[in-house]
Amino acid sequence: MTWDVALILVTDGLANGAVYLLAGLGLVLIFSVTRVVFVPFGDIAAFAALSLAAFETGRVPPTIGMVAVLAALALATEIGSLLRRGEASRIPKALLMWGVLPAIPCALAWLVARPGVPVAVHIAVAVLLVVPIAPLLARVVFQPIADASVLVLLIVSLALHFLLSGLGLLFFGPEGSRTTPLTSAVFTLGDGFTVSGQVVLMVGAAIVLSGLFFLVFERTVAGKALRATAVNRVGARLVGIRPVRTALLAYGCASLLAGLIGVLIAPVTTMYYDSGFIIGLKAFVAAIIGGLVSYPMTAVGALAVGVVESFASFWSGALKDVIVFSLLIPVLMLRSFMAAHSEEEEDEVEQ
Amino acid sequence: MNGSRKRMMWIAAVVTVLALVPAVAGSFTVSLLNDIGIGALVALGLVLLTGVGGATSFGQAAFVGIAAYATAWLTTTQGLSPWIGLLFALLLTGLSALAIGMLTLRLGGHFLPLSTIAWGLSIAMLFGNVDALGRHTGLSNIPALRIAGWSLADPRSMYYLIWVVVGLACLFSHNLLQSRPGRAIRGLRGGATLLASVGADAYRVRLTLFVTAALFAGLAGWLYAHMNRFVSPSPFDVRASIEYLLMAVAGGLGQLAGALVGAALVLVLKNGLQDVLPMLTQRAGQLEAVAFATLFILLLHFARGGLMGLLRRWTRRRAGTQGAASRHEAPAVDPLPHRQLPQRGTQVLSVKGAVKRFGGLVAVNDVSFEVNAGEIVGLIGPNGAGKSTMFNLLTCTLPMTSGQVRFLDHDIAGMPQRQVARLGLARTFQHVKLRPHMSLLDNVALGAHSRTRSGILKAGLRLDRAEENQILQEAQRQLDRIGLGDRAHELAGSLPLGTQRILEIARALAADPVLLVLDEPAAGLRRKEKMALGDLLRKLREEGVTILIVEHDMDFVMKLVDRLVVMNFGSKLVEGVPSAVRADERVQAAYLGSVV
Repeated sequence: MTWDVALILVTDGLANGAVYLLAGLGLVLIFSVTRVVFVPFGDIAAFAALSLAAFETGRVPPTIGMVAVLAALALATEIGSLLRRGEASRIPKALLMWGVLPAIPCALAWLVARPGVPVAVHIAVAVLLVVPIAPLLARVVFQPIADASVLVLLIVSLALHFLLSGLGLLFFGPEGSRTTPLTSAVFTLGDGFTVSGQVVLMVGAAIVLSGLFFLVFERTVAGKALRATAVNRVGARLVGIRPVRTALLAYGCASLLAGLIGVLIAPVTTMYYDSGFIIGLKAFVAAIIGGLVSYPMTAVGALAVGVVESFASFWSGALKDVIVFSLLIPVLMLRSFMAAHSEEEEDEVEQ
Repeated sequence: MNGSRKRMMWIAAVVTVLALVPAVAGSFTVSLLNDIGIGALVALGLVLLTGVGGATSFGQAAFVGIAAYATAWLTTTQGLSPWIGLLFALLLTGLSALAIGMLTLRLGGHFLPLSTIAWGLSIAMLFGNVDALGRHTGLSNIPALRIAGWSLADPRSMYYLIWVVVGLACLFSHNLLQSRPGRAIRGLRGGATLLASVGADAYRVRLTLFVTAALFAGLAGWLYAHMNRFVSPSPFDVRASIEYLLMAVAGGLGQLAGALVGAALVLVLKNGLQDVLPMLTQRAGQLEAVAFATLFILLLHFARGGLMGLLRRWTRRRAGTQGAASRHEAPAVDPLPHRQLPQRGTQVLSVKGAVKRFGGLVAVNDVSFEVNAGEIVGLIGPNGAGKSTMFNLLTCTLPMTSGQVRFLDHDIAGMPQRQVARLGLARTFQHVKLRPHMSLLDNVALGAHSRTRSGILKAGLRLDRAEENQILQEAQRQLDRIGLGDRAHELAGSLPLGTQRILEIARALAADPVLLVLDEPAAGLRRKEKMALGDLLRKLREEGVTILIVEHDMDFVMKLVDRLVVMNFGSKLVEGVPSAVRADERVQAAYLGSVV
């Protein structure tokens, strides 16, 4: 391997790593706030990519139907629980929140799904369109069982992934698609070494977004509420933070991240309805490196996963994923040796 | 014992039905039942590992795959007998489980499930990329099993083998749960400190459990390979692992029967959807996963404990409160051997210059004291005096910053907690650590863990009964001692908090301790109960047990102890007999504030 090849692999790896970084942040965010390992994360990213592809070919993205169905379910769940608690007066607000709000991106998508609309608008709407998905899913599926054990939540989350990828097949069909690159610029660094604009865009987006993420968490009340809920749910509740609301916020942020990932990778990989799973899994590897709690370590892990993946695919395309996943072994060994023997009581088995 | 007879009748009915099925059912049903049996075997391992032990694995299909490929490779390319294949398969599965377990089981929480996902993915991909294993086409022409010259090529004859294995595995698991290692496994969810306090190593318990579950999966893999006579990578990927976990969860992780019910539910449902959906829609193939996932989510919304959990709640509601008042009745056996208690007055425990810092905070500052055999020593002090930290230091729950602790003739500073427990230092917890879903008897029997030796294999094969009877007799004796002897079969979670504290003392006594260290045993007790507790502790002192007690209730302590050690702001304030301590001005100032 020459230095040129190595350099190309590293830049490729950083681009992949940028994607895993964003996904890892989303996963850690949801897990720390809600204890849900959100497996369908990658599916949402895939839906954003496929929506963008639909816009490009002048079709109305089928995502609209999916969001509408989910919104109807969420609305029904919410109204049902309001009626059961005898709070019928809050139904109009629920209609607004669960019926009208998700309908806005759907309407937008309907309007811009025609040729001649600038690409930037398509991209923005494709991202917006998937933002309601995670909060809606959370309302329908996770909120009613928010107090269940981590295992039950994880299993439900897995089932949800199968549900979403099944819906993906139903709505988008089995064909893959790839969108046109966002930029065709090529940067030449001395010695004839070139970096494509798309890679720069991906890495740049990851840096900017994680910077924003940091600012939101450090400087805003909402960010602090998220952190507080992650640290101690009961304590957060006692000072007036509503866990349900922070959870929805976390899901919304994660959904937004997933959408951005979708439009960032759509031009570089052919996306299928089920391509999201493996992206999510590799982000999990990154998140595990970060211990599922630390954002900076997750970022380091994500970049490591990206670089290892790109070198692995150079050595052996078939075994690339095996190599990436076995990256976990040294990490786990290290963690195992460093682990402070903290006393944690497990959930009791659900009876 | 009406409940157990009812259960026996249920089991007999299920066994009879299963035995008669091949005679009446078509070959489709038989092969579906074969698949259910294999699924149930894997799910059974998961019920033990995940349901009882609290560790989730998404890698079970990988273990099935390792065993299936091992026997397939050995029998096709090497031409050896499938029975050698069985040994090889189990060996390989066990070793890989051991390796993966050693890597991940020390880490708590979510590392195991997530890393097993990655591991499950890698193994299936590896199968698909190794030439010797036929890459993605897999290995075919695996020979059928033969037992004494009788071929099991026919699914109907395979059916009996599979279900006999499933039955034996259920029996093994049932025996295991009602035994010494089983109690340790059931104690896992109570945390590592609880197990360490009875002298068990949570990591090792979890590791053996993980290997056991993997061996169940390995057995299933061997059966799978010789039933289908063909292996390829896809049935062993992570999706299959998830399906096994779905089986266990759908059936109910709380009961062994959940594995059978869950495997049947998942496989019948999948087959049912394949039959029903095409009648409703033309896009059946695409809707199958959607329908399956939806049904599954609904099941977990309405019955988190799975089908068996639902059933159990229902029968319990009908039967009223469970656990009738009864003692553990069994023929008398030789008692467990007792430890030689040290001569009255000799030194049992000595703490010299103990220091514990948490960052900049000095929680315990240069504390020294001694405890002699046959006395009750009280450790008291106002809130925040460092009593609990001192307690954790001398039971080796926390590492000491500097200083020395000698127990009997051993320097125990820095020793693992479980070793100290094995030396004869038994403790109770300020925040009660009992297993709420275990009976009083089992909770106390857990205390005798370090006095006995039976392992998983012995327990599963029911070769541990002599020792088990000794343990239970000892547990009943301790229950009698604290006055709960008539309630041996009630669940510990149903006791009020004060009584739970007393139960912890019985568990500590079951370890036959030299030194009993009690953390606020009288908190939450009523006056009468406190008096009874005082009497019990005095009786123990007469029998030669040494007691160190951390307590808030002055009245209780003053009447009970021989000597007091008073701590304040992390340092030792005074040491002496109760009357002297009571008269000491520094102690009065510490508790009531000084008069300037």
